[in-house]
Amino acid sequence: MRSDAPAGRPNQLFRNLNSKIALIPMMLVALVVFLGGTVWTVVYSFTNSKLLPRLKFVGLEQYERLWDAPRWIISIQNLAIYGILSLIFSLVIGFVLAALMDQKIRFENTFRTIFLYPFALSFIVTGLVWQWVLNPEYGVQFIVRSLGFTSFQFDPLYNADIVIYGILIAGLWQGTGLVMCLMLAGLRGIDEDIWKAARVDGIPMWRTYIFIIIPMMRPVFITTLVLIASSIVKVYDLVVAQTSGGPGIASEVPAKYVYDYMFQAQNLGQGFAASTMMLITVAIIVIPWAYLEFGGKKRG
Amino acid sequence: MRALKAILVASALIPAAHAGAADLEVTHWWTSGGEAAAVKELAKAFDATGNKWVDGAIAGSGGTARPIMISRITGGDPMGATQFNHGRQAQELVEAGLMRDLSDVAAKGKWKEIIKPASLLDSCTIDGKIYCAPVNIHSWQWLWLSNAAFKKAGVDVPKNWNEFVAAGPALQKAGIQPLAIGGQPWQATGAFDTLIISLGGKDLYMKVFKDKDAKAAAGPEVAKIFKAADDARKMAQGTNVQDWNQATNMVITGKAAGQIMGDWAQGEFQLAGQKAGTDYTCLPGLGLNQYLTAGGDAFYFPKLKDAAKSKAQDVLAETIVDPKVQVAFNLKKGSLPIRGDVDLSAANDCMKKGLEVLAKGNILSSTDQLLSPDTQKQKEDLFSQFFANPSMTAEAAQKRFAEIIAAAD
Repeated sequence: MRSDAPAGRPNQLFRNLNSKIALIPMMLVALVVFLGGTVWTVVYSFTNSKLLPRLKFVGLEQYERLWDAPRWIISIQNLAIYGILSLIFSLVIGFVLAALMDQKIRFENTFRTIFLYPFALSFIVTGLVWQWVLNPEYGVQFIVRSLGFTSFQFDPLYNADIVIYGILIAGLWQGTGLVMCLMLAGLRGIDEDIWKAARVDGIPMWRTYIFIIIPMMRPVFITTLVLIASSIVKVYDLVVAQTSGGPGIASEVPAKYVYDYMFQAQNLGQGFAASTMMLITVAIIVIPWAYLEFGGKKRG
Repeated sequence: MRALKAILVASALIPAAHAGAADLEVTHWWTSGGEAAAVKELAKAFDATGNKWVDGAIAGSGGTARPIMISRITGGDPMGATQFNHGRQAQELVEAGLMRDLSDVAAKGKWKEIIKPASLLDSCTIDGKIYCAPVNIHSWQWLWLSNAAFKKAGVDVPKNWNEFVAAGPALQKAGIQPLAIGGQPWQATGAFDTLIISLGGKDLYMKVFKDKDAKAAAGPEVAKIFKAADDARKMAQGTNVQDWNQATNMVITGKAAGQIMGDWAQGEFQLAGQKAGTDYTCLPGLGLNQYLTAGGDAFYFPKLKDAAKSKAQDVLAETIVDPKVQVAFNLKKGSLPIRGDVDLSAANDCMKKGLEVLAKGNILSSTDQLLSPDTQKQKEDLFSQFFANPSMTAEAAQKRFAEIIAAAD
C-alpha cells in the first residue's frame, strides 16, 4: 500500500517481517482448512451429494429431511440435556473441589493428581470404563445386590429414559478434574490481602467466596466455560464407546448423526446439513457472547 | 506331442505366475470365529498361487468397516481388494471410476454361465461391465433354535414362527430369554425384513422394497408384520448384548431359545461343535414362506497403479470363484456357494435346506440390493428405536416406515 512512500521509511507491510513469515502457515491453515472447509461444507449441504460430493443443488431439502428425522430431534434433545447439566455440574463441582483444595489441606498434591487423572484418559477409555461400571451384570448394580439389597436397580445404560445421564456421569468424571485445576489456579491468583480484609470485616467465608472471590475470577470462569462448551458440542467418542447410541437411538448425539449419515448411509448432503446446523447452534451461542465480551470493552 | 505341449504351457505359466506375484492387502469385516476360519481358507488358496494375502480385517461389523474402506479408496490409499455386500454399497465408487473392471476375468472364467443365481452377477454389473467377484450367498431368513432350551422349558421345538411365539411364555417361565437380538441396529432391521418376507410373503416384500410402494407400506398387511415385530420385541427384551455373535452364543449355550439371524450364524454353531438337528434347529423362512434373499458378500478391486498388483487382483478374483475354494470357504462360513456345479455333499442339514430352496428358485434380491445405504440407515434408526423402546407403538413405527419407503431411492 505504501510502496510509493519516500525511501528511508520502512514499509508497513514489511515490518516484523520474520514473524509475519512465520505466521503464514498458520494463516493458511486457518483460511484454507477452517474457513474454506466450513464454506465448502455449507455450500454442499444444499446439494444432493451421496457418497461423493457433487454440485446438484436441491435447495433446503436436506434440512427439511433433517428436521423430520426423529433421530435428529432426539440427538438435539440429548445434547441440550447433556450440555446444560454438564455445564452446571462441572462448574459447581469443579469450584467446590478447588475451594476445598484451597483450605491448606495436607497431601494437596496427591488429591490434585487423583482428581486430574481422569482427564488424562481419552473419552474412549472413559466410556469403556463406565460401560463396565454401569453394566447391571457386573457393575454397581451387581455389587450392591451382592451386599444384600437384591431389589436394587441401577442400569442407566439399558434404560432409554435415563441413558443420557449415564453418559453425563462419565463425562463429569472425566472433565471436572480439569475445571478444578483451572479454578484452583484462579483461587491462588487472588491476593491474600483480600481474604484478610474480608476477615477483618467479619464477612463469613461462603459470602466472601460468592460475592468477592468469584467475581474476581471472571477470566478463569470464561476460559473454563469455553473449554467445557467446546467439549460438549463435539461429544461423540464417549457415546460411541459407552452405548453406541443405544438402547435404540436413545443416546444419539448430533456429531454421531453427522458421522453416520456421511459415511454409513453414504449421504454427504444430509451429513453436511446436520453439521451446518451444529455450526449455527454454536454461532448463536458464541456471537452474542463474543459481542458482549469483546465489543463491550471497546465501547467502555 | 501332448506331453510337450503340456510342458510348454506349464513353462509359460510359471514365469507368468512369478511375474504376477505380489502382496495384496484384503480388507473385510469377517472377525467372528466362524468367519475368521472361512477367511483363512480363502487366504490359503490365494497364497498357494504364489501371491501373498495380507489380512486387513476390520473389527466391529460392516457399519464400522465400510466407512474406513471407502475413505481409504476415495482418499487415495486403496487396498488390493475389499469386501462389500454386493448391491449398492459400492455403486458410487464404481461410477466414479475408482474400481477395476473385471469383465475380462469374468469372460475367461465364464462367470455368466456358472454363477447362480444370475442376480448375483447382475448386482456386480454396472453399464454392462462386471466390477466384483461374488464370494457367497447369504440369506437372512433363518430362525435358529436351541433344542436344549426348549427341552428345559418342556415344550416341543417349534416348526415355525407362530409356534415359536406361542412357546414364549413357557420359555420365560423357565428363565430362558425367548429371542436374542443384539443391540447393533442392523440386527433389528434384518429381523423385521425377515418377518416381512416370511410372514407377508414374496409379493408384499417386492411391493414394499422393490416398488417402494408407500401405500402398501402403510397398509393393513404391513400392519400385521408390525404386530409380529411387536411380539418379537417383547420376546427379545432384556437381551443386553451388542454383537450378533454374542446373541448367537446365547442360543448356543441355551441361555436364549432362538435368534433370527442370517445363515452366517451357522458358522458359529459349527465352531462350537454343535450338530444341526440334534443340538440346534434351523428354520429357513421362519418355517413359513420358504423364500430366501440372495444377497451376500463380494470382493471389489480398487484401481491400482502397480501392474504386478493388478495382476494379483485378477488371480484373486479367479481364486474366489474357483470351485474348490468355494466349497472350503462356504462350508466354514455356513453360507451357500455362488455356483451350482460344486459338490456340497459335506454340507450339513441346514445348508442342505438352503440349497433346496435355492434349487427351487425361491430366491429374491436382498434389501442391500434393492435399497440405497441411505434408506437402509434410516430403517436401522427406526427399527433400533422400535426394538429398544417399548413405549413406541407399532402404529407410530409403521407411519415412520411408510415415510421412509415413500422417500426411498
